[in-house]
Amino acid sequence: MERTRFFCSGPWLAAVCFALLGGALSDTGVAGQPAAEVPRDELGAATVAYQAELLAKLIPEAEAVKATSAFDPVVFAAYVPEDNALTAERVALGRKLYFDKRLSADGTVSCATCHDVTRGFTDQLPGSLGIGKQVGKRNAPTTANAALLQTMFWDGRSPSLDHQAKQPILNPIEMGMSNPEEALKAIAGDAEYQEAFKKAYGREMNYEDLGRAIGAFERTLVFLDSPFRRFMAGDASALSADAQAGWELFNGKARCAACHPMTPANPLGSDHRFHNIGVAARHQDFEGLAKKALVALAEDSSEQKLDELAIGTDLGELGRFMVTRKRMDIGAFRTPLILNIGITAPYMHDGSLATLWDVIDHYNKGGEANLYLDGGIEPLALTEKEIDQLVALLFSLTDVRFAEQNQREFERQQAAAQQNRPIRDEGLALRRTLPFEQRVMGAKKSDQ
Amino acid sequence: MTIFKSIETKYMEERESFFRGLQNLDRRSFLKVSGAALAATAGLAAPHSFQPVTVAADAGAAESKPAFRFAYISDSHLYERDVNDRFVRGLLRAVDDVNNLDPQPDFVFYGGDLAQLGQVKELETGAQILKNLKAPLRIMVGEHDWYLDMGQKWQELYGEPTYSFDHKGVHFVVLNSVVEEDFWTARGMTPMERMMTVAGLDNGLQSPFTVGEAQRKWLQEDLAKLPDDARVIVFSHSPLYKLYKPWNFWTDDADEVQAILKRFKQVVVIHGHTHQLLTNRIDNIYFHGLLGTAWPWPYAPEGMPELTIEMSRPDPFNPNDGCGDGEVHVHPDGLVDKVYNLWNRNPVTVSRTYLASWGKQDVPPKPNRPSY
Repeated sequence: MERTRFFCSGPWLAAVCFALLGGALSDTGVAGQPAAEVPRDELGAATVAYQAELLAKLIPEAEAVKATSAFDPVVFAAYVPEDNALTAERVALGRKLYFDKRLSADGTVSCATCHDVTRGFTDQLPGSLGIGKQVGKRNAPTTANAALLQTMFWDGRSPSLDHQAKQPILNPIEMGMSNPEEALKAIAGDAEYQEAFKKAYGREMNYEDLGRAIGAFERTLVFLDSPFRRFMAGDASALSADAQAGWELFNGKARCAACHPMTPANPLGSDHRFHNIGVAARHQDFEGLAKKALVALAEDSSEQKLDELAIGTDLGELGRFMVTRKRMDIGAFRTPLILNIGITAPYMHDGSLATLWDVIDHYNKGGEANLYLDGGIEPLALTEKEIDQLVALLFSLTDVRFAEQNQREFERQQAAAQQNRPIRDEGLALRRTLPFEQRVMGAKKSDQ
Repeated sequence: MTIFKSIETKYMEERESFFRGLQNLDRRSFLKVSGAALAATAGLAAPHSFQPVTVAADAGAAESKPAFRFAYISDSHLYERDVNDRFVRGLLRAVDDVNNLDPQPDFVFYGGDLAQLGQVKELETGAQILKNLKAPLRIMVGEHDWYLDMGQKWQELYGEPTYSFDHKGVHFVVLNSVVEEDFWTARGMTPMERMMTVAGLDNGLQSPFTVGEAQRKWLQEDLAKLPDDARVIVFSHSPLYKLYKPWNFWTDDADEVQAILKRFKQVVVIHGHTHQLLTNRIDNIYFHGLLGTAWPWPYAPEGMPELTIEMSRPDPFNPNDGCGDGEVHVHPDGLVDKVYNLWNRNPVTVSRTYLASWGKQDVPPKPNRPSY
C-alpha cells in the first residue's frame, strides 16, 4: 500500500491515471524487460504508429499548446523564440516531423527513434543507434521538459530547441542526410507537408522552419506532474517517508541541490552550467585528447564539425571544451534535467551508469578524481539507507502518467543494483582513502 | 577617525610632490630623491617616474622565450586528516596537478603555511604528500608552520628557513619574513595560545611580521657578491611591502629590505600568505602573489596595488574555486611571467611585460566566470 501511495498519490489519482491512459501504458516496455505487446521497429524503438497513438493519449493534439501552462507562464514565455511563437499549427507540423523516418538517409531513423515516447523520450540505450545501426557516443537526453533548458546537447553547443533539431538530421551517424536540401527533398513530395508548412509559417517549406516546427512541438512535451511536485504543492502524502528523507539529503548532506536546484521557476533540476564530475576520466586521458582536439578544431570548428566530433569520436569526451576551447571546460558537461529520471536509464553523457544506485555511488565516492574535477564534488559518506532514500526521491520525480513504467523500472534497477554495484567505493565515500590520493601515491609507485 | 585616501589620490599626491622635487636635479640626485620619495610612501603604488628603468630592459620582449620554469604550491593549511581532510585533498590535488605538467618544471617551490596550527602531525602529513612530487622541492616557512614550537618541527624536516641557491644563472633567495617580536612571554601564553593568536586575522595582540635585523644583514652579505645587473628572485611568505596591516598582509621592515634590493636593475619578489591574484611593482621590484590550495582570501579593503587584476568572487558552492597552484616562467632578463592555475577557472598569466609597461601592455584577462 505504501508503494502505491509513493508513486500515485491517493486512490482518486490512481483512478484518473487509469482512466486517462487506459491499458496502453501498462504495456510500454522498459530496458531489460521489454513488454512483448509493444510493436518495435528494426532499431528497437516502438513503432511510429504506436508512439503517436500513445502520445495522443498522453497529450491530445488539441491540448498540446495548453499543456505548457504547467510551467510558470512568464518563465516559459522567455524560452519561446520571438520568431517561433507557439501555435497549434506549428506544433502539429512538428509532431509529424518528429515521427517521420523519411528525414533519415535510409528511412530507418526519426527523432522518435532515440526520443521514444514509450521510453521516457529517450532510447534507454547507453549510446544511440543511428542509420545502418551505427552507435553514437552520446546518451540520448530526454526531450520531455527540454523547453526550459538554456542550452541543448550535453556540451551546450546549441542555443535552442529550434536550432538543435536541425543537427541530428545531418549527422552522419544519426540520420545521415548530407545537407538540408536533401532532407527537404525527402518530404517535399508530401502535399500534407506543403500545406502544413504554409499554415504554420506562411511560406514555402524550408529547413529553418523545419527546425522551428520540431522545436515548437518539443516545447509541448511537458511532463511535470510528479509525486514530488504534488508534495511541494502541499500534499504531504504524495511522497513516501523514504523519498521525503531523500529530499532532506538532496538539499543537505548529499549536496545535490548545488547543481540540481529545483524551484517553481526552474523545476528541471539543472543549473544549466557545465561541470566535470569525472565520468569520462574513468577511461580517457584528457590532456592527450585536448591536444588532439585543438589540432582538429584549428582545421574546422564549424557547427557541423562539432556535431560530428561529439557523436562520432572520443574528442566528444572533452565535453564543453570542444565548444569553448577553455581549460576550465575540459570534461565538463551540462547538468542534465532530472525530471522523469526514473524512466531514462542509463545515465550520464555516455550512458555508462546503469542504475540510479550507480549514479549515487558515483557522487558518494567524490566523482572520479581528475585534474579538471569540479571543486563542488567531494566524498559524501552516504550510508546504504541514505542512498536508498535518495533513489526513492529520484523515482518520485517521474510524471504520474508514467507511474507504472516508473514502478517497473524501479524494481528492475533495484534488482540490478542488488546484483552489482560496479561504482560503489566505500573507502572513498568514507574518506578512508582521499580523492587524488591514489593518483598521487600511484605516481610515486610507478616512479620507484 | 582615520580617513583612507584612495590609491589613486595617494598616487597623484605622490606624483606631484615627486615632480616638484625633480626640478634642477641631475640624474644621479634624481635617483636619490626618488628613493626618498618612495621610502616616504612605501607600500603605495610606485611613482610613474620610474618607468624608464625597465623600458630599456624590455626591448625585444616579444620574441623572448623563458629560460626555464618552476612550479609552485602554497598555503595548504593542513589539519590532520582525521580532523579535516578538505585541505589535505587540496594539497593532493596540487601535487597531482604539478606532477602532470609536461615537461616537468625544474623544481617546485612551496610558499609556506603547510600546516594550519604548526602541529607535528600536520607538518608530517604535508611532508608525506610533498614527497610525491616528481620535481625537486624548495620550501619556505610560513607563520602557521612556526609559532607552535618556534620552528622546531619544520626545521627538523626542512632545515634552515633562510637560504639562497643559484639556478641557471638566477640567484634565488628564500627569507623567513614572518618573524614577530615576543608578544607571548609577558602575557604568559601557552605555545598553542601563541599559535592561535598568530593564526588569526584582525588580531591586534600579535606583532607585525618582519624579516628582522639578523636576516637583513644576512641578505646584504648574500647579495654582496652580485653585480647590479644580476638576476635575483626573492621569496618571502608575507608580501615584502605594506599592503594591509590588520591582516598581516604586511612586512614591517619592508622599506629596509627594499633598500637592500634597490641597487639591482630589477628584482622579482614572490610571496605567499595572500591566497589570491596579487600584482605590484615598486620601482625596480616586481611582486607576485601565490594562490593557496586551502582557500582564497578576499581582497584587502583598501590599499590595493593598482596593477592587481582582482579575481572575481569565488563560487560558494565550489570549495576549490579561487584556489590553485601555478608556474613561474623565468625569462633571460630575470623577469617572470606568473601563471595562476586556478582550479575550475581558466589559468591567468600575469606577464613580465605587463609589469614592465606599468600595466599598459599584455593586460591579463579578468577570470572568466559567468555571474549568476
